[in-house]
Amino acid sequence: MTEYNFAYLDEATKRMLRRAILKAVAIPGYQVPFSSREMPMPYGWGTGGVQVTAACLVPEDTLKVIDQGADDTTNAVSIRKFFARVAHVATTEATAEASVIQTRHRIPERPLTDGQILVFQVPIPEPLRFLEPRETETRTMHALEDYGLMQVRLYEDIARHGEIARAYAYPVRVEGRYIMDPSPIPKFDNPKLDNSPALQLFGAGRESRIYALPPHTRVESLDFEDYPFTASKAAGQRCAICGAEDSYLDEVITDDAGGRMFVCSDTDYCATRVAAQAEDAA
Amino acid sequence: MQLTQGFADPAIEAARVFRIVLDAMSHPARIVTLPEIDAPAPCSPAAAAVLLTLVDGTTPLHLAGAHDCEAMRDWVRFHLGAPLVGPQDAAFALGIWDALGPLSAYPQGSAEYPDRAATLIVDDMALRSKGARLTGPGIAHEAFLSLPDVAALQVNAAQFPRGVDFLFASGAQLAALPRSTQIGGA
Amino acid sequence: MYVAVKGGERAIENAHAWLDDARRGDRDVPDLGLAQIREQLALAVDRVMAEGSLYDPDLAALALKQARGDVIEAVFLTRAFRTTLPRFGASLPVDTGAMQILRRISATYKDAPGGQVLGPTFDYTHRLLDFDLAQAPEVAPAPEIEARPADTPHILSHLDAEGLMQGETPGGSEVPDLTRTPLEFPAERALRLQALARGDEGFLLSLAYSTQRGYGRNHAFVGELRIGHVRVSAHLPELGFEIEFAEIELTECESVNQFQGSKTEPAQFTRGYGLVFGQSERKAISMALVDRALRARELGEDMDGAPAQDEEFVLSHCDNIQSSGFLEHIKLPHYVDFQAELELIRKMRRDAAARQAAE
Repeated sequence: MTEYNFAYLDEATKRMLRRAILKAVAIPGYQVPFSSREMPMPYGWGTGGVQVTAACLVPEDTLKVIDQGADDTTNAVSIRKFFARVAHVATTEATAEASVIQTRHRIPERPLTDGQILVFQVPIPEPLRFLEPRETETRTMHALEDYGLMQVRLYEDIARHGEIARAYAYPVRVEGRYIMDPSPIPKFDNPKLDNSPALQLFGAGRESRIYALPPHTRVESLDFEDYPFTASKAAGQRCAICGAEDSYLDEVITDDAGGRMFVCSDTDYCATRVAAQAEDAA
Repeated sequence: MQLTQGFADPAIEAARVFRIVLDAMSHPARIVTLPEIDAPAPCSPAAAAVLLTLVDGTTPLHLAGAHDCEAMRDWVRFHLGAPLVGPQDAAFALGIWDALGPLSAYPQGSAEYPDRAATLIVDDMALRSKGARLTGPGIAHEAFLSLPDVAALQVNAAQFPRGVDFLFASGAQLAALPRSTQIGGA
Repeated sequence: MYVAVKGGERAIENAHAWLDDARRGDRDVPDLGLAQIREQLALAVDRVMAEGSLYDPDLAALALKQARGDVIEAVFLTRAFRTTLPRFGASLPVDTGAMQILRRISATYKDAPGGQVLGPTFDYTHRLLDFDLAQAPEVAPAPEIEARPADTPHILSHLDAEGLMQGETPGGSEVPDLTRTPLEFPAERALRLQALARGDEGFLLSLAYSTQRGYGRNHAFVGELRIGHVRVSAHLPELGFEIEFAEIELTECESVNQFQGSKTEPAQFTRGYGLVFGQSERKAISMALVDRALRARELGEDMDGAPAQDEEFVLSHCDNIQSSGFLEHIKLPHYVDFQAELELIRKMRRDAAARQAAE
């Protein structure tokens, strides 16, 4: 066997995934169980995102894959190469040019547009899992919309630390109904989930769940009136490469003496800004 | 037996049809156009394309009214292999609005598994972007769509997260109404 | 100057080239043939087939070669291949009573029709390294006996006949398939057994051991352990009859466990069941013990929070492809999450210092 089916998966598997995706879109924030397949990359390395992307791709697509905001991290490279090989789609690093973006842990800085699909790789889709390890219990909590445990836990954080001590995978409420895990994006990215013109799909392969945020869906980060949610990032820093103050920054250790610098985690955003600055200077 | 063709290149055509259906489901009331494919009467090309893309031997299908004809059953057997069932067991249903009957006859999903609900393909609709005012996920401010029975659809939406989802077909055109859409008056 | 983790693509290509080179090792040593692996590392091949859920000794041998002998990696390769295969249907239940026996022992009866057959076992070998093996010695063929012409009835059927063995409830006509339907709890026994049959041998071994040591204690006897070949057939609706399409090697274990009885049922024995591809008796016995432990709820036994009795715990964690993938994914970059944590910790320390200063 030398040639794989378009987008790797067989048609029956893609139909199963497509049905699950449509139900996920119809019930925003609800985790649809699907029969996840073994993929040629390990569980935990984006198999859910890869299956969702495979089910969505058409030959005309332009695919962007990022990990930690960067197109050039090894796992992003590996997944991009996989789809270039099995679906013959064009690939890009430019957020604006991509029709499908598969991501791990970030939402691009550049606002997404109508028609774009953002596919998140999700390790633990169940936002209540860190409170209750049992699927049978958390399923009932969602069914009954019984989220008291989550409120209590977050409030305990405030009592102990003076704030909600969650920096990433910060839980959200979708259209006032389901509590959802936004995948381990930094909470800096949470506001981008809300009312996005793009379709946001979430795939958790090992846990066999797909969920979705249709465009223009109301997504609120959980908080309390007296402790409102804030989308934080490195305080008072700017990107050492492009000078951006509004982007999420990675901290890089530059020498043995504890020297450090901050740079954009979104490499396309950073490169685009640098190119524009060069053009302005010329 | 004269059978119309399915997809000439199934993997690619199914992918394209799905993306259009996904666009419709993500934007309730948005009218989209599917590729023209042959379908046995009275099935519309849009409905046939949806069936070829989403339905197979693992998804029980209910054919309602005039769609429950020999030509259609043969086509389903040959192209989809889907078991034909009554409304209560259907994952998908196809028919005109009046033939589909009461919505409560179809699986509505449970509180624990709201996804286990039917998708109804309502054929031969007059699709126009006017009529009921729609709001909710997938809709930026408001949208309008000609709906067959506003009261019944409001009852369905009020059950959210339970309830059935709709694909309205007309010729090669399609529009979706998921259960999450709130339906105002006409 | 900082360079944003560039060069990922070339790094990957170089790593792959290095892996290929390392796999081959010293070129003066002959390349390892698949037939050698299949014939001489047969138990590793069996484990790959069992946990890979794919009965194909040649593919399993290839996977082992490609994985440099890493069994879980070989299982992963096998699973990733298996997932691309179309599913035609389900075979009919195999008749292990008609097994051509290679090995068959019982710990509960000294003798029974069919007798005890030790077969090619390590059991009574002294675990002394055999330095002669390093010299590729000639090996004389083992003495042969006539194969038993008749079926070998299961030993527990004798207890069955006396009414002392709890009967098994037949499953539905539809065979569940956990590779096609997401696992749901509570899971029926057929589905549990399916998960255990492809579950990690080491995990099941530890769980089974834990029940012996008192975590969900339920003393088990090996009622019967048998290894041999069975025929696999399927009913093809298109043809309207059964066809036999394969002969496979299986290990089957039936454990006998005491059951105190309840208000409605008299005291009797109950069964734990293990069935595994190839010669994998450690796995089959472990599976039987874990199967029996997972029946605690159904049998109304004390549930004291023992891991082996906890269906969600066992089934969610027994698959080594899921667990190793997720475990190893923490090698992937987590700069973004870590950065977010870093900022949070700094902020909390600043806030605490400010509060202290104010007091």
